[in-house]
Amino acid sequence: MSIVTSLSRIKAIVSKELLQLRRDRMTFAMVVMIPLIQLILFGYAINTNVKDIPVAVVDHSQTALSRILVQTVSATNVVKVTDYYDSIEQAQTAIASAKVRAVLFIPHDVANRLAQHPTVGFGLPDGSNESLVRPIAHWLVDGSDTMVASSIKSLRNMPLAELLDKPANRTYPTFETTLFYNPEQRSAVNIVPGLAAVILTMTMIMFTSAAIVKEQERGNMELLITLPLSSLELMIGKVVPYIFIGFIQLFIILGMGKLLFHIPFGGGLVALVVATFAFICASLVLGLVLSTIAKNQLQAMQMTIFILLPSILLSGFVFPYEGMPKAAQWLAECLPATHYLRLIRGIVLKDVNLISMSSDLLWLLAFTILGLAVAAFRFKKTLD
Amino acid sequence: MTESVIHAKGLVKQFGDLKAIDNLDLDVEQGQIYGFLGPNGCGKTTAIRMLTGLLKPTSGDINVLGLSLPKDAEKLRTQLGYMTQKFSLYSDLTVLENLKFMAALYPFKKQQKQQRIDELLHTYGLDQRVDQMAGSMSGGQRQRLALAAAVINKPKILFLDEPTSAVDPQNRRDFWETLFDLSNAGTTILVTTHYMDEAERCHRLAILESGIKRADGSPKQLMTDMHAHVVEIAGAQTRELKKQLATIDHVISATQLGAQLRVLVKKDVQDPVEFIKQQSFCQDTWQVNSVRPSLEDVFVTCTGQGRQ
Repeated sequence: MSIVTSLSRIKAIVSKELLQLRRDRMTFAMVVMIPLIQLILFGYAINTNVKDIPVAVVDHSQTALSRILVQTVSATNVVKVTDYYDSIEQAQTAIASAKVRAVLFIPHDVANRLAQHPTVGFGLPDGSNESLVRPIAHWLVDGSDTMVASSIKSLRNMPLAELLDKPANRTYPTFETTLFYNPEQRSAVNIVPGLAAVILTMTMIMFTSAAIVKEQERGNMELLITLPLSSLELMIGKVVPYIFIGFIQLFIILGMGKLLFHIPFGGGLVALVVATFAFICASLVLGLVLSTIAKNQLQAMQMTIFILLPSILLSGFVFPYEGMPKAAQWLAECLPATHYLRLIRGIVLKDVNLISMSSDLLWLLAFTILGLAVAAFRFKKTLD
Repeated sequence: MTESVIHAKGLVKQFGDLKAIDNLDLDVEQGQIYGFLGPNGCGKTTAIRMLTGLLKPTSGDINVLGLSLPKDAEKLRTQLGYMTQKFSLYSDLTVLENLKFMAALYPFKKQQKQQRIDELLHTYGLDQRVDQMAGSMSGGQRQRLALAAAVINKPKILFLDEPTSAVDPQNRRDFWETLFDLSNAGTTILVTTHYMDEAERCHRLAILESGIKRADGSPKQLMTDMHAHVVEIAGAQTRELKKQLATIDHVISATQLGAQLRVLVKKDVQDPVEFIKQQSFCQDTWQVNSVRPSLEDVFVTCTGQGRQ
């Protein structure tokens, strides 16, 4: 009996919330537009495969060989030659003013150096020392962006096959490498499921962090406290409508991800729904806790951002979790986004079953229950 | 002998250093309209919140409908109605949606629910505005909606916290008519106000000041038992006269009402009219008459000591 009346009271709050949400055009638009726009923006923009880095060339040799060398380097698509300079000084100024990110310096004796280079095959003249081997040209790189710098550094051992029109003295790899799950190494494959975690974190916490404060600011709290309604019933009623909204957003993100970025969808639907449900609940409840702390909607928004930033930076969305210092890892473990990121990448990209990731799932569920209790308790306290 | 439905003894509520309610005793009989009259900040809302179980008293006993508070607050909730000082229904929901939301929180049967909502829409003249947003209604309409929502569960006791502060006099009259209908049907009503005309309509009244009950009784009884005579003086230079009257010990207060001065004289003066006429500054052209006290006079004599 009491469970039935309790459920009907929760239902009353839920339908009230849905009615209000339907009238609130701005919020309703955000539900759809946030995932859509952010997905398109980040899916295209966040690209860790570096291509077409603008570079300049300082060619002191001015021979056919040096021109072929520049063409060969350009053909890798890692760099794009945009400028030519006469002196190294000019080139350095261009780097400093960020016109180019690196400069390829070709010395006047490039032909000599090439002839003596061991990988090409002529070998060293007899009696000469190994230490006399000189690289044929020199890269001056703007090292401030590590991603750019390491891409250019990868050109260090570029094979010079095309240069001499004969098979290169190929080095044999020490390891054979097989890439699972993202064989073409496209960033979008990793980023789109991660975006689901980030966008859901943002919208879910944002919606509920304002929930209680809004009732207070509009004076409706005066009424709610006089009604036969327990604080737990109110909290649950406030959270439930947004669970649906979370799933709508997930559908948009993964649907568009497949359409625009051809993200392979490997995982089971049930696993995805269960993991997302747990994460949405955890985020909503986190928002509710914030809502019982915040005094107005502005504060609620600031607290949302306070949670959102570490959720983006520490969860493994931007930087690999394993590379972070221990303290940062502990902090990341507290955030629901970290656990969901593992779950959704696992499910969508690798078709992992939930049992092998049960610790992340259990953590989210525990977080939800604890958070709900804290929110209900804190709400009760604000009455007296 | 009708039974007492609200009974409080030695009620105290302390907020930090501030004593919001100080040793309040209260007895409200079934079907009565009981008024709390007092200035803003005198503890009216705090008292109501304790009597509805929303606030825990610092000390004292409360018994409402035979249930002890704050222990049985949850059991009591379905039998109470509470209309808050500010409009607290949802302004972005329609009249009907607001009532449906309220009804859904009480254990109605489906058919009963619709029936009760129709009944309320009719009684409170809201049938024409079913689909209007609550936020776009006038003060009087909003207040009728708030009352309809507060009585949706047919409460045994209805608490009204300054119900007519945003309403014009005509609407206020109509509102009180509906309150008397409810009272007639057996609902006990506890209402707070700072309007004298409103207080005068109550069956019984308690005058509150700084959390202390200064007087209580029926408005008529309060006026009869008042500790002062009321004298009206008509004549020229009333502003000057008012200042001089204020210096006399036996005069409690002097207020200007149009061309007249209304003077409260302490009860220990035998003949107040003669007393005024004997004053040195009194002129023969003045008309001095003893008049019937009003509720405002009662209020002024009871309060004022502890003000600030």
